[in-house]
Amino acid sequence: MNRFLPFECIAAFRFMREGLIQTILIIVGVALGVSVIVFMSALLSGLQTNLFRRTLNYQAQIVILPPEEVARPLHPSHGDTIASLVQPRSQRLRSIDQWQKVQEQVARMPAVVAITPIVSGPGFAVRGDANKAVTITGVESETYLRVIAVADKIVAGKAAVATTDIVIGIELAADLGASLGDKLRLTTASGSAETMTVTGIFDFGNKGVNERNVYIAFRDAQNLLDLAGGASSIELNVRDPFMAEEVARTIAAATGLEADSWIKTNAQFFSAISAQTLSNSFIRFFVALTAALGIASVLVVSVVQKSREIGILRAMGTSRGQVLRLFLIEGAFMGLVGSLFGSAMGWLFLDFWRGIARNPDGTPLFVITVEPMLFVMAAAGATLVGTLAAIVPARRAARLDPVVAIRG
Amino acid sequence: MADPARRTNPVLRLVGVHKSYAVGTRVELEVLHGIDLVLARGEFAALIGPSGSGKSTLLNVIGLLDQPTRGQIFVDGHETSLLDDKELTRLRGRSIGFVFQSSCLLPEFTAAENVMMPLLANRGRPDAEMREAAEALLDQVGLQPWQDHMATELSGGQQQRVSIARALAMRPALVLADEPTGNLDTKAADGVFELLRSGNRMHGTTFLIVTHDPRLANRCDRIVELVDGRIVSDRPNLHPVRHSADAEAIA
Repeated sequence: MNRFLPFECIAAFRFMREGLIQTILIIVGVALGVSVIVFMSALLSGLQTNLFRRTLNYQAQIVILPPEEVARPLHPSHGDTIASLVQPRSQRLRSIDQWQKVQEQVARMPAVVAITPIVSGPGFAVRGDANKAVTITGVESETYLRVIAVADKIVAGKAAVATTDIVIGIELAADLGASLGDKLRLTTASGSAETMTVTGIFDFGNKGVNERNVYIAFRDAQNLLDLAGGASSIELNVRDPFMAEEVARTIAAATGLEADSWIKTNAQFFSAISAQTLSNSFIRFFVALTAALGIASVLVVSVVQKSREIGILRAMGTSRGQVLRLFLIEGAFMGLVGSLFGSAMGWLFLDFWRGIARNPDGTPLFVITVEPMLFVMAAAGATLVGTLAAIVPARRAARLDPVVAIRG
Repeated sequence: MADPARRTNPVLRLVGVHKSYAVGTRVELEVLHGIDLVLARGEFAALIGPSGSGKSTLLNVIGLLDQPTRGQIFVDGHETSLLDDKELTRLRGRSIGFVFQSSCLLPEFTAAENVMMPLLANRGRPDAEMREAAEALLDQVGLQPWQDHMATELSGGQQQRVSIARALAMRPALVLADEPTGNLDTKAADGVFELLRSGNRMHGTTFLIVTHDPRLANRCDRIVELVDGRIVSDRPNLHPVRHSADAEAIA
């Protein structure tokens, strides 16, 4: 007998050893359930991250904008109408007031991992006879590339931009017939114009983005868009993309500016991802429920089988609490051991999946990273579920009348 | 032993104990009709009576496994009617040992572990002393060579010997034995009975043995007879028979 274990543990382990086949069967059952949960969760989070990275890679998770300008008609004091029609104001390109301070303030938030100022506005790219409408984005290369992974999408040249450099999309390059080192002219509605040199060509896998987005140096954009010293928006990424909306609200409240998260600007996409997450939660719940019912039924049978022993233990001075804990420990143990085997099985399934889910060129279809927390959560969850499942049988065991139990 | 109540009070005192069971919703069946009984320290008494006379019910009530409907029970000087389940369990664990009809060993444990079990349950955690105590007790019942065998590997007589060792493990004031030799052949029964006797002599433990075997009763110091839930006779057995052969002759 192990000297360090309390009575309840010793008795619980012996009871489980005595009913070894039952114990093994239920542990295998729990393990299968946990492996499904681990596999599904890792697969889904890999899938979602991948989808997210592939489709929304050209935009930051949160964009901070100056507040919209609103028309403020003089309000009548005694019910007499002053204006019968109030026309909303048109939104001109403005800078965020004291954007450096705002950026500093937001960067201090623990959820924020990368932040960068942007000067963005409409313009035209002109080369020879070709004239294309573009969205000019003036960036501070060093910080911007941490928010948007343009560098990963460059097909020619480099992503970083210095004065009079311009990085354009592959479609725009085709439309303008421009290639690396070629010059093109950027003009804006205000009449400013600048001749730029193409230093990089990107492909985001999105035709609209490839046609419209051009990246130039921050100061160039300030000059072109007539926004000297200003920044039209601040873009940032957060640690957990799915928490972006909460962070955006916090930012909006703290700064008094408008903060839009990708969740708000891509509601359809987000609701599709949410539906996946929800269905995964459903599957997890029912698998956990099945495991719990399995543990409970094994323990109910065990209580009936062991009722005579329980009666004898009670006669020898074992308290109701000890009997109760004995069965709770059995449930917790079945859950814990099941989850350890289950995590290992889930890992093997994932490995197998990685082996078969490949692109034609042999690269993985998408990267599945398994957080160690997933296993910790699975173990803790299964132990908890096992304990909860044991409550009903354990209470039944604790309430057994020793007289009836011993008589058999 | 420091408990003063232990020296002065009888080991067991029953005052007007009634026990009835509900049969259906209206009818109550009274099994014990006012039992008064005192067992002094070191007594070796038999409780006899025909089947259905309430012997087992009385034993369960005395053993604090069941609560009387009316009346008082004092175990080792403690009045039990106001104790809750936890306190009853504690008192039962410390003061009362049980030997049941067919051996009630725990099949998951070895002989020695079965003997340790009351110590373990009452103290909550194993320690080296327990092992020593269990081995000494198994030695007394002649089963030391079997100490590491699983309970299920022992014969019926051996299992009953282990049960006796287990009943004595907590050094209880009172041991209740319900037909301890009921399922054994004569030879094994003799051995088991002798062990009860020696437990009584060596430790001064009080024994109350339920039996319907007159041979066995005749070997006890006192014979209490229960008929229809009442004690009809309670007499000292002045010349307890020492050997089973003599007992058989008298029977």
